[in-house]
Amino acid sequence: MSFRQIQERSVKYVLAGAASTSIVIVALIFLFLFREALPFAKDPGLGALVGSRWMPKSFQGAGYGLLPLITGSALVTVLATLIAIPFGVCGAVYIAEVAGPREREILKPFIELVAAIPSVVLGFFGLIVLAPIIKSAFGLMSGMTALTGAVLLALMAVPTIISISEDAIRSVPRAYKEASLALGANRIQTIFKVVVPAAMSGIIASIMLGMGRVVGETMAVIMVTGNAAKVTLSPFEPVRTMTATIAAEMGEVPFGTAHYRALFWIGIALLIATFFINLVALRVLKSYRRA
Amino acid sequence: MGTLKERAAFIGLRIITYVLVSIVGYIILDIVVRGAGVISWSFLTTYPNPDGTGGIFPAIVGTFYLVMGTILVALPLGMASAVYLTEYAKQGLLTNQIRLAIVTLAGVPSIVFGLFGLGLFVLFLDFGTSVLAGSLTLACMILPTIIVSSEEALRAVPQSLREASLALGATKWETIRKSVLPYAIPGMMTGSILGVGRAAGETAPILLTVAAFFLPQLPRSIFDQAMALPYHLYVLATQFPNAEAVRPTQYGTALVLLLLVLGLNIGAIMVRMHFRKRNRW
Repeated sequence: MSFRQIQERSVKYVLAGAASTSIVIVALIFLFLFREALPFAKDPGLGALVGSRWMPKSFQGAGYGLLPLITGSALVTVLATLIAIPFGVCGAVYIAEVAGPREREILKPFIELVAAIPSVVLGFFGLIVLAPIIKSAFGLMSGMTALTGAVLLALMAVPTIISISEDAIRSVPRAYKEASLALGANRIQTIFKVVVPAAMSGIIASIMLGMGRVVGETMAVIMVTGNAAKVTLSPFEPVRTMTATIAAEMGEVPFGTAHYRALFWIGIALLIATFFINLVALRVLKSYRRA
Repeated sequence: MGTLKERAAFIGLRIITYVLVSIVGYIILDIVVRGAGVISWSFLTTYPNPDGTGGIFPAIVGTFYLVMGTILVALPLGMASAVYLTEYAKQGLLTNQIRLAIVTLAGVPSIVFGLFGLGLFVLFLDFGTSVLAGSLTLACMILPTIIVSSEEALRAVPQSLREASLALGATKWETIRKSVLPYAIPGMMTGSILGVGRAAGETAPILLTVAAFFLPQLPRSIFDQAMALPYHLYVLATQFPNAEAVRPTQYGTALVLLLLVLGLNIGAIMVRMHFRKRNRW
């Protein structure tokens, strides 16, 4: 074998090795989450995670029930998605079908820039500006509510929804539109009865990817949702999400305690939840791209 | 000219879109206007006080170190992965596994990266809460961003360039090095800057792996704790929420962080536009 051949081969193996680190990292994430979490299964046992009492520091019997954290995350996520859908979908339709070319070239990068605003900055804005607005608008005792967090999270989901939905809408074949217009439908009928339905799976995938982002978001919610671990479905009450619980409690918990390990179980639950949301979204997106 | 109904619908869509744009504009403006007066040379170059007032110099330095460490690890790994996936990988089990892993990594919540970094780097490898542990954690987090955008950049290089080079007798690696990479590097840079912007603004992972709120000295080695801008803002905002005295420092820190991250992103967009104009195939 010549030097050139050896060089060619070794380059290939080095690059393959580099590419495989992604697999290694994913494996290590699972490994190390479980490594820290598993001893919890012996003491106090996995059954302790089922329940509606999250009071890991209580002296009269600590409670590790995840229910209030799961309902907290679910409530904030659902609210945020409901707020984000009209803005995201209408924004995408507007940018793809109504806006002129120059307007589009400004709007799209601007919306995508929003995705880059650090969540801690949004959380800070929410704390100082939005929470007082929500407090007075709804006559509440405190502005630190599930709704406040949901509004911030909606802002973080909207760029994802717009970006992917707009691509989906724009990739609907021209012929569909032309056929519809030729049959006498006006532009609005064409957009909402032909173009949007044709792009629907892309739009649904974008909403799901937005949700995936929302479920895993930490800083914006920890700063504005009030962090009370109780089961509630009211948008006007404080809630504590799974992410916020980890971020808030990991700093002060002694390593190796049951409380510490319970926080890793929350991480595993989050990891699995986001994994499935993203997986389904990407399946939808892929099947749609093939069609 | 459409019917009245049609025009009303278009106006409705426009209003919704511009309400969104104004909300975002308002947030940015609020931080710019209330933060601009705070930023001064001494704010940027002095140390903070324990009561939350004072400068943010160590937080800026800490974020700079973290970002540098993240780039050093994630950039070579991400670019090499992208070259492998676009130029070498054939359909097969390994390639599919790599793709699934990248998609999975891209969806992992940042706080879970924090837990992972804590478990692996801080505790198991015993780096302690340190710049090193934080940089490695952030590098894992932005790896998918760098890989995906680098792949796009590589795919955008026309196949004919590769064929011409191979036809002249160059080997595959020579072709990649001399005919593909030079044209793909600007696109790869764009993606990397976007990833770096994300690393600079993230709080949750460093919360568990690096962070120190009040540290009257700079980190002297990669095994030291460090302050960081996003974490500093988080603590300022939550530990002193009603203290009017801290409000200016809060807004100043928020503005510096916002400018840093948006600046990186706008820079990336400009790099992309510049080279799109140059490379017209």
